[in-house]
Amino acid sequence: MKSLQRIIAIIKKEVRQLGRDRLTFAMIVGIPVIQLLLFGYAINMDVRHLDAAVADMSATSASRQVVMGMENTQIIKIVAQASNADELEHLLRQGQISVGIYIPSDFDRRLQQSDRSAMQLLIDGSDTIVQGAAAQLARVLQPAETSPYYYKHPAVEVRTLYNPERRSPVNTVPGLIGVILTMTMILFTAVAIVRERERGNLELLITTPVKIPELMVAKIIPYVIIGLIQVSLVLLLGHFLFDIPMRGSLLDIYFVTLIFIITNLALGLVISTLVSTQFQAMQLAFFVLLPSILLSGFMFPFSGMPKPAQIIAEALPLTHFIRLIRGVILRGASLQELSGEIAILGAFIVVLMTFAILRFSKRLD
Amino acid sequence: MSRVPTSEYAIQAQNLSKSFATVKAVQSLNLQIPHSRIYGFLGPNGSGKTTAIRMLCGLLTPSSGDIQVLGYAIPAEAETLRLKVGYMTQRFSLFEDLSVHENLGFMADIYTLERKTKAHRISETAERYGLTSLLKQRAGTLSGGQKQRLALAASTLHKPELLFLDEPTSAVDPENRRAFWESLFDLVDEGTTILVSTHYMDEAERCHSLAILNEGRLVAEGSPAKLQDDIDANIVLVESRRPRQVGKMLEQLDFVQSSAQIGKLLRVMVSIDQPLPEKAVGDAIRQAGLDLQQCKLTEAGLEDVFVAATRSGKTLA
Repeated sequence: MKSLQRIIAIIKKEVRQLGRDRLTFAMIVGIPVIQLLLFGYAINMDVRHLDAAVADMSATSASRQVVMGMENTQIIKIVAQASNADELEHLLRQGQISVGIYIPSDFDRRLQQSDRSAMQLLIDGSDTIVQGAAAQLARVLQPAETSPYYYKHPAVEVRTLYNPERRSPVNTVPGLIGVILTMTMILFTAVAIVRERERGNLELLITTPVKIPELMVAKIIPYVIIGLIQVSLVLLLGHFLFDIPMRGSLLDIYFVTLIFIITNLALGLVISTLVSTQFQAMQLAFFVLLPSILLSGFMFPFSGMPKPAQIIAEALPLTHFIRLIRGVILRGASLQELSGEIAILGAFIVVLMTFAILRFSKRLD
Repeated sequence: MSRVPTSEYAIQAQNLSKSFATVKAVQSLNLQIPHSRIYGFLGPNGSGKTTAIRMLCGLLTPSSGDIQVLGYAIPAEAETLRLKVGYMTQRFSLFEDLSVHENLGFMADIYTLERKTKAHRISETAERYGLTSLLKQRAGTLSGGQKQRLALAASTLHKPELLFLDEPTSAVDPENRRAFWESLFDLVDEGTTILVSTHYMDEAERCHSLAILNEGRLVAEGSPAKLQDDIDANIVLVESRRPRQVGKMLEQLDFVQSSAQIGKLLRVMVSIDQPLPEKAVGDAIRQAGLDLQQCKLTEAGLEDVFVAATRSGKTLA
């Protein structure tokens, strides 16, 4: 009971202080909204009017029909004609076009052959949105599923240049929940404790009967709630602005997010026990944040990374969360199916909290 | 039920030492502080006052030595002790973005006062320390004296038996300091023991007993009056039209330990071994051909004790 009274007292105090710290309060709402808008619009899937060029070597009615069909999808807009494949590649390299359509001179004959592609699409893979669009374009010439030729070699061969790995932009918003939480949760807790040390509040607190686990738990709870508010914001905006599909249950989403929030808060507590100034806390938080963004699979596909990078990535909570949240939101995976990743985050919490409580001595030496 | 230790002294320490890397912050400190007294640590900055206080309340682990506070072995039983002591840090360490009432409420909850007691104690201490009209004000906007009163109120809400005050009046004007000390004596009257560190002579003079610390060692101990009586030096008051030159000349002499100018007078500390100190000083001034108006023996003040103790490093008590 006495423990509870002290924990509630600290929580009340934290909430009051947060309410009065307008900048931090603005950051709680501002960071997720601004990040989501920035990243969200950059990954807009609604691809239209990509600049394209055609090198039509066969110049038959069939080839013209195919090009027209592609233009009708509104995905591409023909802005140039090329005289050969080299010229197409040149235009791509210059960045004047994103898509090159190459129709060989024997196009009509190839259409009849099942073992060869009739034409080729050259895609600027350095732009991932274009990559996604290419798949749609390729379908223009695909026979209907009922056709006896359905299993034949696809009529259009898609060649993605510069970035053979294909990544769906939808992956970014669920991953963004993880990035935002990593950024804010670690920093908030680390700074919240270090600030109290800098202001001398901690010297006073440790002379009182407050126990370390009480202090840690009470410091974490308000930020858990803040984290959940941030997640709700991202989910709402993601749903209404970017139409992110929610295949898993909302409860599952909140459950995996809650675990991740606590992991980050525990990491923030660990950082707070290692540093002595707010500036150092920020530096360390960014030291965790940057590899998290780059190696977790948020920016680049995990499987494409070299082994050492993968090993480092496994040690970052965000890597496991990205797998969890994409599994729940995009694939509708159940918690049982994801139990391995959940267990890893759970282990992170136990290890980090133990470390923080052991390091955070009620002594000054 | 935790045991309730009783002991003759509120604080006892034997051979207490603390080193940080190569610095010996406190060396072989022995203390016996009786109950219901104000005991002062007097010493220059860096003399080990704060380190000693922090060890006594269990915030620092001693490198060696034994501590008993209110009968509890420290640091082993520090957690049990915390309910019975109050601690006022050197720097204002309550929450500046909370109001006076919120700060007191927070501390009351931390010491797990019951709801009724809490409300009663908050209004009682607020009244006592003149904070009633400031209850809604944020702590950050208070003046130095008000902050200090708030800190004292917060550290006494739970009626501690022992109060540690680390340089409590460093940011306070003389009038507030005086009022502050009056409230300390009220607390002592109610049975509280107070350990206070300071580098102000006027504060030190008010303590029942004093320990003068220098470079981590206890160099003198006793009541202010006893310390003044026991000083191993004579104080000669010199009046001259050229006090600066006289002072500089005197400091060259073997039997003169120090001289300090106060207005147009010089307080000259003369070695206890020197017979007829005022004559020796007067002769020296005349021999140097400097102006001398008057030269007489005077009683030692606490500042003289402090200078003598921290200068020689010799133990007086």
